[in-house]
Amino acid sequence: MAKKSVWSDNRFWQRSAAWITGFASVLLIWLTFDTSAQISMGTDADIQNGVTKRVPGPTVINYKITYEMNKKRQHEIPVIGGMNAEGTSAFQEKETFFGRDDWSEAEAGELLHLGKLASQTKNCMNCHTLLGNGAYYAPDLTKAWLDPAWGPEGSMQAMTGKETKAEAMAEFLQNPSQYPTHARMMPNLGITAEEAKGLVAFLKHMATIDTNGFPRNFGKIQGAVNGK
Amino acid sequence: MANSYLKSESKKLATWYFTVAATLFGAQLLFGLVAAIQYVMPGFLFEILDFSVARMLHINALVVWMVFAMFGSVYWLLPDETGIETVGIGLGKLLFWIFTAAVTVVVLVYIFVQVGPADETSIWFIHEGREYIEAPRWADFGITVVALGFVANLFMTGMKGNRSGIVTVLMADMIAFAGLYLTGMFYTDNISVDQFWWWWVIHLWVEATWEVFVGAIAAYGLITMIGAHRKVVEMWLWIEVSMLFGSGILGMGHHYFWIGTPEYWWEIGALFSALEPLPLVAMFIHVLYDWGKMQGEQDAQGKEISVITNRPAFTWFVLNAFGNFLGAGIWGFFHTLPQVNLYTHGTQFTSAHGHLAFFGAYATILVGMMYLAVQGKNGIKILHNTRSTIFATSMIVGGVVGMTVALTIAGYSDVIISRAQMGATWAGSRNGMETINGYHYICRIPILS
Repeated sequence: MAKKSVWSDNRFWQRSAAWITGFASVLLIWLTFDTSAQISMGTDADIQNGVTKRVPGPTVINYKITYEMNKKRQHEIPVIGGMNAEGTSAFQEKETFFGRDDWSEAEAGELLHLGKLASQTKNCMNCHTLLGNGAYYAPDLTKAWLDPAWGPEGSMQAMTGKETKAEAMAEFLQNPSQYPTHARMMPNLGITAEEAKGLVAFLKHMATIDTNGFPRNFGKIQGAVNGK
Repeated sequence: MANSYLKSESKKLATWYFTVAATLFGAQLLFGLVAAIQYVMPGFLFEILDFSVARMLHINALVVWMVFAMFGSVYWLLPDETGIETVGIGLGKLLFWIFTAAVTVVVLVYIFVQVGPADETSIWFIHEGREYIEAPRWADFGITVVALGFVANLFMTGMKGNRSGIVTVLMADMIAFAGLYLTGMFYTDNISVDQFWWWWVIHLWVEATWEVFVGAIAAYGLITMIGAHRKVVEMWLWIEVSMLFGSGILGMGHHYFWIGTPEYWWEIGALFSALEPLPLVAMFIHVLYDWGKMQGEQDAQGKEISVITNRPAFTWFVLNAFGNFLGAGIWGFFHTLPQVNLYTHGTQFTSAHGHLAFFGAYATILVGMMYLAVQGKNGIKILHNTRSTIFATSMIVGGVVGMTVALTIAGYSDVIISRAQMGATWAGSRNGMETINGYHYICRIPILS
């Protein structure tokens, strides 16, 4: 009888499976350490020092946010407080959020905490998508803060009769089914005024997260790449 | 439980698990139907049982019935594989009742409480609002205890009895399956960190540990139903484990393209998730090859009968081999490359893939295991297809295929209208809503009949 080949040996394949799984797991864990460091939330000091973080600190709610095409990265990036010469965040231009642009780190953090909790307890993700994940029944909320419909000339802001985007969003969140938006309406979820404020802070903060250019062409109604 | 041919307590427990699983499968279809009707008639049950609630029930029933059926499958095959009665069967039965009671409470709270104020109490007692793993935190701990008890039974039995290759794979796989759940239990204000770890549960379940589970079950099925040679089947199983974990673990990168995580996940996700369909092709070939080989051996002996001892179950196993490849493999690969995914992420395309993949990869083989239990419980030597098994199988398969076609078309229009032209805005999704999803409802009807 010929010598048994390693290729038909179950032990060989069992060991291969163990080694491959182990190697892939170690690589994933190593990358997790790197990614975790990169997506940890920034601080107010970062913003003051002009440090761009992938997930900035909660005090970004004091600043103007836009979504601009970045030449170097070839996709849109969130720009906080106006653009600098390199086309990234200058952290200069402020914007009032519920009448103030001096929310302290603790206050802004508290609002964001309340908003994130509300996003979970009100089950947003089972109709909307957040960062593109969730259900596909209602609009994606990743950059909802930057949606033209909620801007000064937008239909949603006009409908609520409020002066600012933040107030319009908060009003809608508290009484969604009072506003005739679309046949598919948002139900009343018992969101309080304070929770609504928190949710708007959560949405504004989410719009500042560097999502590698997702969603593409956001708010460029004319269509085509870069809205040309 | 009714009169039964089953001698093994482990197999009896398996039938309990299968019974609850089938009931929850019914709940999944019911709430899926509600959600589908709401796509067409948005006023349906508005502010009574909203889409968000119906969908939460739909996807949670899905996850939980599959976990029940997976536990049932393991309890079913353990005595056959190890040659002994499952150790700690009393504990297994106790955990079954705890699990069933907990699921009932969670479902009732979902239906009657629905949402709570924005505080930790809601997270602890109502739901966590994180897709697929919405279960409130008290239930998280309950599930962990139940899962660890199940894993303990598997390990004790595997170590005492004959530890076959299949049992060894299941032991390694199920401990990872239970352990991974822990990564989805904590709360954070940082949505990127939240989703990063959330995918550790979802992805490493459905694209790694669950797939390996399917490989092990398919191996068991081939040995039991067509008498395939254990040596060949187990060698293939180890190769499949290498391929599934080798591609699936780092394939996680395809969920890290757009959630705030660094750009290097584009390359890692693209490379490894492009490899993910390969083991599914291998599994498909393996099932058909073994079938042909065993039938051929028998034909050569001049016997004119099928080698299959349970035809409905085997039908579902073959559907699994193909459905896994088609739903998880092809429909997944369609939109896994970052260049494509930039436009398909968060559209009905994902939904089309999700429906076909969960059905093709998991529902099929678990239904197959239920048919094995039907055979065993009734002491039937060879279980044949009947008019009703053929009718049920074709209706369900037809329903899921119709749904997938409809959702894929919806996905295309989503991509064109909401992503390419209007970029995920309110206006974009509103226009999208006008055109899509009428099909969805129509195609859902057959599945209930």
